[in-house]
Amino acid sequence: MSIETIEAEEIDVEEVLGSAIERREDPELVTGEGVYTDDVQDPELAHMAVLRSQYGHAEIDGIDTSEAEAMDGVIGVYTAEDIDEAGTPGDLPVGWLLPDLKTPSHPILAGDRARYQGDGVAVVVAEERYLAHDALDRIDVDYERLDAVVDPKAAVEADAPQLHDWSEDPTDTDVRDDEDIERVPPNQAFDWEIGDSEATDEAFENAAHTVEVDLENQRLIPNAMEPRATVAEYKPGTGEVEVQMTSQNPHLHRQLMSAVLDVPEHKLHIVAPEVGGGFGSKIHHYPDEALTCWCAMQLERPVKWQATRSETYLTDAHGRDHVTHAELAMDDAGTITGMRVTTYAGMGAYLSTFAPSIPTYLYGTLLSGQYDIPAIHCNVIGSFTNGAPVDAYRGAGRPEALYVVERLVTLGAREMGMDPAAFRRQNFIPEDDFPHETPVAVVYDSGDYEPALDAALEMVEYEELRERQAELREEDRYLGIGFSSYIEACGLAPSELAGQLGAQAGLWESGLVRVHPSGTVTAFCGTSGHGQGHETTYAQIVSDELGVPYEDIEIVEGDTDEIPQGMGTYGSRSAAVGGSALATSSQKVVDKARTIAAHLLETGEEDLEFENGEFNVAGAPERSMTIQEVAQQAYLAHNIPEGVEPGLEETSFYDPENFTFPFGTHVAVVEVDPESGEIEFHQYAAVDDVGNQINPKIVEGQIHGGIAQGIGQALYEGAVYDDNGTLLTGSMQDYAVPKAEHVPNMETDATVTPAPHNPLGVKGVGEAGTIASPQAVVNAVTDALQPFDIDHIDMPLTEEKVWRAVNGSEEGS
Amino acid sequence: MYPAPFEYERAESVEDALSLMDEHSDSITELLAGGHSLLPTMKAGLATPDVVIDIGEIDALRGIENAEGSITVGALTPYSAVDDSETVWTETAVFADAAHHIGDVQVRNRGTVGGNIAHADPASDLPAALLAADGTVIAHGPDGERSIAADEFFEASYMTALAEDELLTRIELPKRGGHAGAYAKKPSPSSGYAIVGVAVVLETDGNTVTDARVAVNGAMDHAVRLEPVEEALSGESFTDETITTAAERATDDLDTAMVMDDLQASNEFRAQLVEVYTERALDTALDRSSVAPPAAD
Ligand SMILES: Cc1cc2nc3c(=O)[nH]c(=O)nc-3n(C[C@H](O)[C@H](O)[C@H](O)COP(=O)(O)OP(=O)(O)OC[C@H]3O[C@@H](n4cnc5c(N)ncnc54)[C@H](O)[C@@H]3O)c2cc1C
Repeated sequence: MSIETIEAEEIDVEEVLGSAIERREDPELVTGEGVYTDDVQDPELAHMAVLRSQYGHAEIDGIDTSEAEAMDGVIGVYTAEDIDEAGTPGDLPVGWLLPDLKTPSHPILAGDRARYQGDGVAVVVAEERYLAHDALDRIDVDYERLDAVVDPKAAVEADAPQLHDWSEDPTDTDVRDDEDIERVPPNQAFDWEIGDSEATDEAFENAAHTVEVDLENQRLIPNAMEPRATVAEYKPGTGEVEVQMTSQNPHLHRQLMSAVLDVPEHKLHIVAPEVGGGFGSKIHHYPDEALTCWCAMQLERPVKWQATRSETYLTDAHGRDHVTHAELAMDDAGTITGMRVTTYAGMGAYLSTFAPSIPTYLYGTLLSGQYDIPAIHCNVIGSFTNGAPVDAYRGAGRPEALYVVERLVTLGAREMGMDPAAFRRQNFIPEDDFPHETPVAVVYDSGDYEPALDAALEMVEYEELRERQAELREEDRYLGIGFSSYIEACGLAPSELAGQLGAQAGLWESGLVRVHPSGTVTAFCGTSGHGQGHETTYAQIVSDELGVPYEDIEIVEGDTDEIPQGMGTYGSRSAAVGGSALATSSQKVVDKARTIAAHLLETGEEDLEFENGEFNVAGAPERSMTIQEVAQQAYLAHNIPEGVEPGLEETSFYDPENFTFPFGTHVAVVEVDPESGEIEFHQYAAVDDVGNQINPKIVEGQIHGGIAQGIGQALYEGAVYDDNGTLLTGSMQDYAVPKAEHVPNMETDATVTPAPHNPLGVKGVGEAGTIASPQAVVNAVTDALQPFDIDHIDMPLTEEKVWRAVNGSEEGS
Repeated sequence: MYPAPFEYERAESVEDALSLMDEHSDSITELLAGGHSLLPTMKAGLATPDVVIDIGEIDALRGIENAEGSITVGALTPYSAVDDSETVWTETAVFADAAHHIGDVQVRNRGTVGGNIAHADPASDLPAALLAADGTVIAHGPDGERSIAADEFFEASYMTALAEDELLTRIELPKRGGHAGAYAKKPSPSSGYAIVGVAVVLETDGNTVTDARVAVNGAMDHAVRLEPVEEALSGESFTDETITTAAERATDDLDTAMVMDDLQASNEFRAQLVEVYTERALDTALDRSSVAPPAAD
């Protein structure tokens, strides 16, 4: 059952919030009216192309650019040397630090060594885009190939090829010179832990039952529909740099790029035009966007760079890449007593912007899942490998955590001979135990897990389904039912906590609500939507708070000159943090309007009721003023109370008290053909609790997309590098992004447990589907294959892997 | 990605195409038909022709003709026209079925029968169908026209019996009303091309298979017949048991070491898929044949 959309005109103000209003951004997007970065034109425009190392690891002994420079129409060819000579800092910062984190230099062009296939070594700027690309072929780079390492675990072995030369890193000499300290493996970026290791070991010593699993959470490639792009223009007269780029967080990009290019923040204007998806990949600060600006500054000409799809595959920050050993301890009644996890997390060749936080604070902290687990310990070793840098990708750390939890719990149920749903139920954090502090440093503020599980069981008619499974097995048909009872943490906050954990940024959000003299409204938010539908949902929030018709509200995002400040859109934070900022600003607007209205209606503020955009004097409904009328008066300022400033607009910086914790249960029902390894979905049911829903259609869309992406991980996707660090899955020919035919019909339902601490009671939904679905599918397939005694198959569950598992063969991919 | 610079010529007729090919015979030339193999290869830098000769506007090469004894399909006929043709479905279902399985709607509207066969990508869908249908390729060269039997046409990966100075102008497919034909394909989840695709054509007399032609795409470096399967079917009654037994022989003549081995599937697993999809193709053929009551597809 799919949710029907409603046209905005059909809705009264009091019903706007929570209604499935049609997305207002769609007409522009589907008619081609929307302007994406590559649509930005300028008669003076020059085009930049990046020469990228074709090798995974190579010394660069020299670069001869003369032939390219001599080409007609080539304006400039630059290498790391030129950036150095210009005195540009040119080194990308790391936005999240961990104790003893190694932060190798990440230059915007590789100087003497390329560390992954795709590492930029030179750029060409030419009059035409094709010409710029042709000129790349005329640059002669003298490479000396080096051994490469691509596996996160192998990378920290003592004899692994070393990516970064630490002897040049003064901060690291202590570690290397101190004989007493066990030498840190050269490629180890960090060694991080969370939880109580002694208590956990004790839980395992006393356990009646334990299960363990070795699993990989494979490297994924984001594949936003629009590849990254930048247009930059330098204004020599003012020293300003105007940038339009594919960004999920223009203000953050401004802050970082200001340091990279040594351009003061107030001279850098960054706009995110229409952005065609990101999934995290457009959060980070990459070399290319800075290079485009740098070239524009050098040449004093507007410069455009548009990544090709191939560049996207090579250079967009990848996701996941974990190699994990995980164990679960239980007592003899099947109650979980402990969990122990060791993970090797591939960071790729350099640390991308927020990379260190993903396999640590966004991973280890979620390992308690929905369960009451007394002791958990998790150790994560981050390693440098000759691959594209790894960073946040839809879910970012949380899918990896929930995959571990839900695989372990499924195996635990199997070990105990218990039904997997019953086993989960038995171990759920009870509803009356919230707020619940987990052993991995987070406090779940709210939750009620059984109703979601019950709803999911009902949707699939669980008991009948188990009977049917048994019947089919008699006919040698293999039906499997897989559960995923997941938890998510959205809207990482508050800023103080983020700071304690190593974030080099705050995690608040700003919202400005401006009521115009005529009573229409423009609201500005520091998040930066790129497909989510913020213009619709934010307008719903503001309309509900102000009582101004939805149609009278415009939403502005993605422009550093227009919006006070911002942290951007990622981590399912926009509604919970940005939406709350707009709600808070709206409330401040109403407060000020109330003061003015009380003055004009000659009554006390406390005697004014505010409903659906109208202030009424209690008991005298004929004495009223609309908020629009108040706005007009606020700007006329002919008669406003003393001490009140004219105008009607308010800004707030909203810093949440805590994360929000969405949860739910997904159930996948599949049939596996042991002859071909093929997996067919019979059903996919999802019950998600994302708190209050601002727009159920948009929630449904996010859930659908997330599930599709998670199924992509479960069954199809996986970045494969060969031993030389060459990406074998460098295009859609070889990397299977799921298509409509690959995803099942999804049945969705919801429970609603409002988030207790934000003004809207919303939690966030952007990543829920991706966090929930992979393990539902893997659990379903391994359930189907129980007669073959198969406990685990690593993702992606390709037909060949399934077939090999059934046929007991170890070889092959 | 961006293709290297090239010269573009448009041919107005077959003769014009041949003379342009001759004129540029000292350079690397490529014919542009539907462009759905050529352009991606050029964009990826895997093909860098000096001259691209566009034959796409030669209308004489487009269309399906119901001739005596055979169906003629012009080289520029798009797959969608084949799939939409009741005549092709009736007279040589295997070919229509294979066309139906190619790519997606856009690919089927742009890609051409001649381009597919001339390009001879081992993972394409039409080659095995052409083999199973016992088709003939008609080529035009400087010395005029010649016919090449399907069995002689495919030589290796992207290699055919077509000479460099020849143009594939049409194919001929023998009419086989009353036969049973089917194509079963395992598409790659990424590219949609065949990991394996099995084409079958069976002539039956009553319940007995009198002639069988079975061929596979994707398994070897070019489409090949699966003769052991054909032998196992011929003379047998067309039943589920026969199908199972025959399908088990699908890889008997295939040298496993030579079976395609790539990221999509190892040679061992491909061999397994050849058996599975041979059985599925035969099952569909059985369902469609007069032997079994017709089933909705
Ligand atoms: C997204 C996508 C998915 C696809 N999926 C499939 C699939 O599932 N199955 C499948 O079979 N194919 C698939 N294809 C390939 C498609 O079928 C191509 O159309 C086909 O391989 C080539 O035909 P064309 O007309 O496009 O030829 P072009 O690309 O124009 O030409 C290809 C080659 O054939 C030569 N050539 C073309 N016509 C002639 C002629 N008349 N005489 C001599 N030489 C000629 C050209 O010189 C060139 O070298 C797919 C393509 C794409 C882009």
